[in-house]
Amino acid sequence: MNGVANGRLGKRKRADLFFRVLATASAAVVLFSLLLILGTILWKSVPALSLSMLTQTPKGGFYLGKEGGILNAILGSLYLAVGATVLALLLSLPLALYLNLYKGRASKTAVWTRFFLDVLWGVPSIVYGAFGFVVMLALGLRASLLAGMLTVALLEFPIMCRAIDEVMRLVPLELKEASDSLGATRFETALKVMVRQCAPGILTGALLAFGRGIGDAASVLFTAGFTDRVPASLADPAATLPLAIFFQLGTPFPEVQQRAYASAAVLTLIILLISLAGRAVSRKVTRHVVR
Amino acid sequence: MNGPAPISIRNLSVYYGDLQVLKDVNLDIPAKKITVIIGPSGCGKTTLLKSLNRLLDTAEGARVQGEVILDGENIYAPRTEVTRIRKKMGLLSQKPQVLPMSIYENVAYGPRIHGLRAKKDLGRRVEHYLKVAGLWEEVKDRLREPASVLSVGQQQRLCLARGLAVEPEIILGDEPTSALDPQSSQNVERRLIELKQEYTVVVVTHILRQARRVADYLAFLYLGELVEHGPAAEVFANPQDPRTRAYLTGEIS
Repeated sequence: MNGVANGRLGKRKRADLFFRVLATASAAVVLFSLLLILGTILWKSVPALSLSMLTQTPKGGFYLGKEGGILNAILGSLYLAVGATVLALLLSLPLALYLNLYKGRASKTAVWTRFFLDVLWGVPSIVYGAFGFVVMLALGLRASLLAGMLTVALLEFPIMCRAIDEVMRLVPLELKEASDSLGATRFETALKVMVRQCAPGILTGALLAFGRGIGDAASVLFTAGFTDRVPASLADPAATLPLAIFFQLGTPFPEVQQRAYASAAVLTLIILLISLAGRAVSRKVTRHVVR
Repeated sequence: MNGPAPISIRNLSVYYGDLQVLKDVNLDIPAKKITVIIGPSGCGKTTLLKSLNRLLDTAEGARVQGEVILDGENIYAPRTEVTRIRKKMGLLSQKPQVLPMSIYENVAYGPRIHGLRAKKDLGRRVEHYLKVAGLWEEVKDRLREPASVLSVGQQQRLCLARGLAVEPEIILGDEPTSALDPQSSQNVERRLIELKQEYTVVVVTHILRQARRVADYLAFLYLGELVEHGPAAEVFANPQDPRTRAYLTGEIS
């Protein structure tokens, strides 16, 4: 009897140990791959990193390894991603509020809209690129900052909207009732209570979408085009960092390839800085959130 | 008639999908008294309370039949403006639900959406109702702090001040002390008794002793049916229906 119990205990302990090893190993893989990626990029980009890299646009012979920098792509990417994120927020926030306040959370409309958003989330970005390209041609637009922004906004929209929606679904119904019972209209409840309560989540959703938008190459390939100049208007084509990486890595010149890694390092740094800034802002807007 | 008017509930039935949770309820709620609705869990107490300020509108799949007459007007009549109805009532929920803003803003929120903009007036209104709710002394030096830092008992008094600040005629309480410690509960009960001088109070509770302490008028709800109602003293002393008697003696709960 005792022996059986001991045998079972031994088995359970072994299972426990096995799981602990597995969990630790997964954590190690995640951490290690992140460090490996960052390390590789930085290591490879060291020879190319310089101030002129960040402050100059490509000069003559840039693509043969001569002087100039990637300012065109840095600014192009920032303009494009900021514009697209603002546009996506203008779509996402009203829709998320609509799903959670105006329609019942479990209503057919809400369930189906969520399903469509999830499908859109899964659509590969090259498909958005192709779609944006078709629409662009139909409207008689050229590859431009505006066309790129619109396409990337579409790409970001489902991500942002679902992220915000998930946060809003967690808001207790009683909070809504508290505002309703004071005689607030739905719009007042949405704007003054829901948005405040969900402010950290809205910010996180926007950052998540921004990260996806600024890092995407396929959707801007045909729609934003590529140029050596910094775009001066929405109608100008715009260079982007992902495409800068793509084009430079594809050349046979080691100097240019190094610059591709430097571009990747800059892109990663931008995302890192934006995330840190987001965290700082998030702490501020979390102050009044009710738990 | 001056001051707070009584509420008349006429043939009120409420369904959630196919389930009928309130069955043809008829009840006159007296003005400037505390009416307590008692009954076991799930008997429809909260539904009855929420039907009084049309909070059921937002509940999914809820359907209301019948009338609730307030100031001579059926609040379920088509074209009735629901925000105006709700402004006439302050609600205390089971768990105090403060709004995601500062202590001051929580109280100012209601008056502001109803058009009170002048800073001075708002400030005076906030102070006045925080005093009425018995919270002023505890928060007067930290009005700008988030309301969520207050204790649960303080939050419930803040919710009371917030509800009163829109200057309603009626106070609705949905088991308003169920999340509170005994001392805070007592505090809220005392406020309600004070407030009946000026307001009609309707409170739902499953705590019989609380009902005995505060009720002027008593309504007993069982399985969606209004079994018995009358002046509290009479119902407690001499319940007419066997079900009421069983509930009051603790045989059904």
